[in-house]
Amino acid sequence: MQEFIDIALTVNGEPVSRRVEARQHLVDFLRNELGLTGSHLGCEHGVCGACTVRVDGAVVRGCLMLAVQADGADVWTVEGLSDSGGIADLQEAFIARNALQCGYCTPGMLLTAAEMLEAGRRMTRTEIRAFLSGNFCRCTGYHAIVDAIGTVMERRFGG
Amino acid sequence: MKAPRFSYVRPESLERVLELLAEHGDEARILAGGQSLMPTLNMRLSEPRLLIDINRIDALKGISLEDGTVRVGALARHAELLDSPLVAEHLPLIAAAMPHVAHVAVRNRGTFGGSIALADPAAELPACAVALDAAFVLASLRGRRTVPARSFFHGLYETELAEDELLVEARIPALAAGYRSSFLEFARRHGDFALAGICCHARIDGAVLSDVRLACFGSEDRPRFAGAASAAAEGRAWSGEVKEAVKAALGGDLDPIGNFHASAATRLHLARVLAGRALDRMAAAG
Ligand SMILES: Cc1cc2nc3c(=O)[nH]c(=O)nc-3n(C[C@H](O)[C@H](O)[C@H](O)COP(=O)(O)OP(=O)(O)OC[C@H]3O[C@@H](n4cnc5c(N)ncnc54)[C@H](O)[C@@H]3O)c2cc1C
Ligand code: FES
Ligand code: FES
Repeated sequence: MQEFIDIALTVNGEPVSRRVEARQHLVDFLRNELGLTGSHLGCEHGVCGACTVRVDGAVVRGCLMLAVQADGADVWTVEGLSDSGGIADLQEAFIARNALQCGYCTPGMLLTAAEMLEAGRRMTRTEIRAFLSGNFCRCTGYHAIVDAIGTVMERRFGG
Repeated sequence: MKAPRFSYVRPESLERVLELLAEHGDEARILAGGQSLMPTLNMRLSEPRLLIDINRIDALKGISLEDGTVRVGALARHAELLDSPLVAEHLPLIAAAMPHVAHVAVRNRGTFGGSIALADPAAELPACAVALDAAFVLASLRGRRTVPARSFFHGLYETELAEDELLVEARIPALAAGYRSSFLEFARRHGDFALAGICCHARIDGAVLSDVRLACFGSEDRPRFAGAASAAAEGRAWSGEVKEAVKAALGGDLDPIGNFHASAATRLHLARVLAGRALDRMAAAG
């Protein structure tokens, strides 16, 4: 029963250990302790998806998970996914389709889209929209984002 | 906003969770998926002294079939229910409801037990549990007891759970021969909480319905078993006339609460339309 807890995890493939305050959520930990500012905070109560990160292979709301709960976990952020080159085609498609303007929602969109691509198949526009329904974009609208993801599905999994 | 200060503990056994609950009572909160608790902490609507993280208690995990009953552990995540072949085969009502529960990232963490314990009146799973005659197993240091879903939900976020009790699992009768389920909801945006929703479960023989169980959510302060509407279809062959009788009877079952999302009249209208369509689909499915 503690207010400060020692945790050890891997972030973007690198081992990290720190002492964290119990109440600190995962995105504040990533941003403030590790300087990984690619994960954003919009609403901080689970609605917008700007804080989306990947924990043990699945996307989660980084604002609704405590840093201490990530003890022992494998965490990936947009920085790690970008450096790995694994979503380079997705990022190119976002640029080509003008799927971002201010870019605030983009890291969350990319992480969610990356999980969608892991299904390994093409999806209909309706399916893509349903999968993205937890990620808000306040300036671009969703059409271009759906286009970009659809393009990558076509390229990766055939027309 | 940022959560207030609290202490955190991650017990390794169920026994330890129950001891902590007995010791700290209302000062403590169970942390399951955190998808409803964390927002209330971040908005400082709640200031518990201690969070008891149950995420590593294996006894609360998993979904299994035992003697015609599906056991759903409190920690079964929404995503697990959505992807489970066992749920698809034996609990088709829940399988149909899951795509409507929140969004991918929320489903990856949110738990079955958390949804039931929270008892949001617009949530899908509590209403499915009512329609399927599920029973919940509650544990405390005082012992275990089993509570039927129909008497578990007391009101807005109010349940039968005492301060020192933990929801351990649900026991849900698996789909029996001749039975079918149908689920429909109306929400403003995919994955949002519903403005109105309906769960139907019944035996269907030819077109004749029996053991009809309709449960509504999103209308009142809790999921509502629609006794009069269910009775209106009982023992009758599905037809336009029976549909009208069900819709009319629903007016006696429900006293919807209006708010800025939708008025009481709109919610009743939606519940009626959804009930008619859900039963249409059920009757047509064979
Ligand atoms: C953007 C968003 C959209 C959502 N949309 C929907 C939706 O459409 N439909 C829907 O149903 N839900 C929705 N939810 C809520 C989501 O389903 C939650 O996962 C669920 O309500 C709570 O489950 P949890 O495991 O996250 O519980 P927590 O947040 O961890 O806990 C919720 C409450 O239950 C208590 N509790 C948890 N587990 C137990 C237990 N085993 N025994 C006793 N008490 C316990 C906690 O102490 C707390 O008070 C949404 C959430 C978000 C953030
Ligand atoms: S910041 Fe987490 S969902 Fe908005
Ligand atoms: S690009 Fe600005 S919020 Fe999406």
